[in-house]
Amino acid sequence: MSEATSSKIPVTVLTGYLGAGKTTLLNRILSENHGKKYAVIVNEFGEIGIDNDLIIGADEEVFEMNNGCICCTVRGDLVRIMDGLMKRKGKFDAIIVETTGLADPAPVAQTFFVDEDVQKNARLDAVVTVADAKWLSDRLKDAPEAKNQIAFADVIVLNKIDLVSKGELAEVEARIRGINPYAKLHRTERCSVALADVLDRGAFDLDRILDIEPDFLTADDHDHDHDHHHGHDHHHHHDHGQGLKHYHDEDMQSLSLKTDKPLDPNVFMPWLQNLVQVEGGKILRSKGILAFHDDDDRYVFQGVHMMLEGNHQRKWKDGEPRESRLVFIGRELPEKAIREGFESCIVS
Amino acid sequence: MKEFTPAPDSASIVSATERVKPVTLGMAVTSVHFLGPHAAFVGGEENVALVDAKGEISTVAVHSGGILSTASDGKRLIMGGDDGKVVSLDAKGEVTLLATDPKRRWIDAVALHPDGAFAWSAGKIATVKSGKTEEKSLEVPTTVGGLAFAPKGLRLAITHYNGATLWFPNMEGSAEFLPWAGSHHAVTFSPDNKFLVTAMHEPALHGWRLADNRHMRMTGYPGRVRSMSWSAGGKGLATSGADTVIVWPFGSKDGPMGKEPAMLAPLQARVAAVACHPKNDILAAGYSDGTVLMVRLEDGAEILVRRNGTPPVAALAWNAKGTLLAFADENGDGGLLEL
Repeated sequence: MSEATSSKIPVTVLTGYLGAGKTTLLNRILSENHGKKYAVIVNEFGEIGIDNDLIIGADEEVFEMNNGCICCTVRGDLVRIMDGLMKRKGKFDAIIVETTGLADPAPVAQTFFVDEDVQKNARLDAVVTVADAKWLSDRLKDAPEAKNQIAFADVIVLNKIDLVSKGELAEVEARIRGINPYAKLHRTERCSVALADVLDRGAFDLDRILDIEPDFLTADDHDHDHDHHHGHDHHHHHDHGQGLKHYHDEDMQSLSLKTDKPLDPNVFMPWLQNLVQVEGGKILRSKGILAFHDDDDRYVFQGVHMMLEGNHQRKWKDGEPRESRLVFIGRELPEKAIREGFESCIVS
Repeated sequence: MKEFTPAPDSASIVSATERVKPVTLGMAVTSVHFLGPHAAFVGGEENVALVDAKGEISTVAVHSGGILSTASDGKRLIMGGDDGKVVSLDAKGEVTLLATDPKRRWIDAVALHPDGAFAWSAGKIATVKSGKTEEKSLEVPTTVGGLAFAPKGLRLAITHYNGATLWFPNMEGSAEFLPWAGSHHAVTFSPDNKFLVTAMHEPALHGWRLADNRHMRMTGYPGRVRSMSWSAGGKGLATSGADTVIVWPFGSKDGPMGKEPAMLAPLQARVAAVACHPKNDILAAGYSDGTVLMVRLEDGAEILVRRNGTPPVAALAWNAKGTLLAFADENGDGGLLEL
């Protein structure tokens, strides 16, 4: 799979609520001296002022696939644009799709799974969400789109941190982590983030699913002022193992499962497939590293709503703990049922 | 047809590969059309290569960017580009600018009418220009997927999400919506003007009998249908998208309803392009492994025109008399076969 993957053109999806700084980040990417050419797909009626040779105006047409599954939506305009862009192969190295502030990232991502022709030529690299440190907390309360964009992200650029106090920053980060603890989070002013942190992430590449760890355990280089968190009526917070307070979002959250006992693939696979069939509307993203009974290979999978892809990745290394870990990020996840279902896949 | 003489009981297929005049175009090719004596190979961007019967190539610049759509009536080739331009090319190699989108949007689809009228689309808007009359435009609910003129009268089919719209550009308020859930791309009228068929985003065709708008579902393809061609006389519609050429019967008044399609020339590769002979009941099929076959519709007998082992066949066409077959793969390695 690696070889085929590397010859495909990487596609970065850039989302973020209105005014968060998507265009600033886009212009940073384009103006940096990286020697690469980007084809940029922007909303036709969106913000202007992007300096690039190859800009395509898109119309964000979300189409349902005719397969009876209502959450299986694609961006019809992207299918068409990708088709046209492939006639100019060799004129660009990568594609950036900027969505409107109100867009749901799922149809964009699903376009790269569902459409045969798109899949042949391009691969989704990562969903990068730009968030406004000052206003995101408010938007997470009143704008479901903003919540979707955080939940879906592989990389979150938390922008405009110069406009907030330490306490406010800690709160907004805690809220982000309450929804999505797995995305890489970068704090920026004017979106000044290293390009390597947003591009060529391979977030959807099965070969690059290395570990599934909440990001905030490792990436902290600043002082949290834990005592300054404020509880809100409709959110609760509690002490975490590290003494880090964090929020559990009311309806959007992540669920992580882990076992050091081997799983039965003949039970697990049908269970997972059934789970995403039944609950796929609620599950935005899923990812897993699995240790199957009588199998020396690591199995990895990842999914978007009802779409799953998985493969044997590599041999378990000597001394590497053969653990299975699964992560679901979604809305109103049926936690008890998922946990019980997962337990039933363990070889007893 | 005399040239078509496959050996009936032979294990090995009859080959015409040695009679092919190779053509090396040196550019990515997306389609080919005959303009008078020339085969016009359309590049992925910027250029068209005109090739004469001797195999001499002359290149003509037509767009400053990607060439997104093409249509030809044998006398001229019209093209839409990502430079927002609609241009035409004639057999002499002369390029004429026909229209420019004011916002330089992509020209996603073009169509050409036998009387010289032409149509193009940019975004949700389809525009028709007929003779000296002014341009007429129609906006459909979503981005246009494909355009085709009806064989009779000035009537345009416009495909989009959830159906197709039929429109007489010279009649105010004449747009008629034919609904069918899903995203519709390429579109074609049957030569007898009785049926409209669209290639959908999912691997299926959809058809309407125009007398009563009765639906025809044509499904079962493993891949999206990107190439459709009516057989001589319009009795069958040959299509790509499977590992055999699928030919739907349109000879009766019910079209393919309740009938099985013919499945011809199976290979271990996907059919990528089809082109029916203009006069005889044979077709040419190009495959994803580079193979080109000539196939007799009646019994599926095959003649090998090009061996496998290259990128997919992207371009395939007969000249109007049916004496010359042109083809090329995606990388621009092609050939001409004279019959």
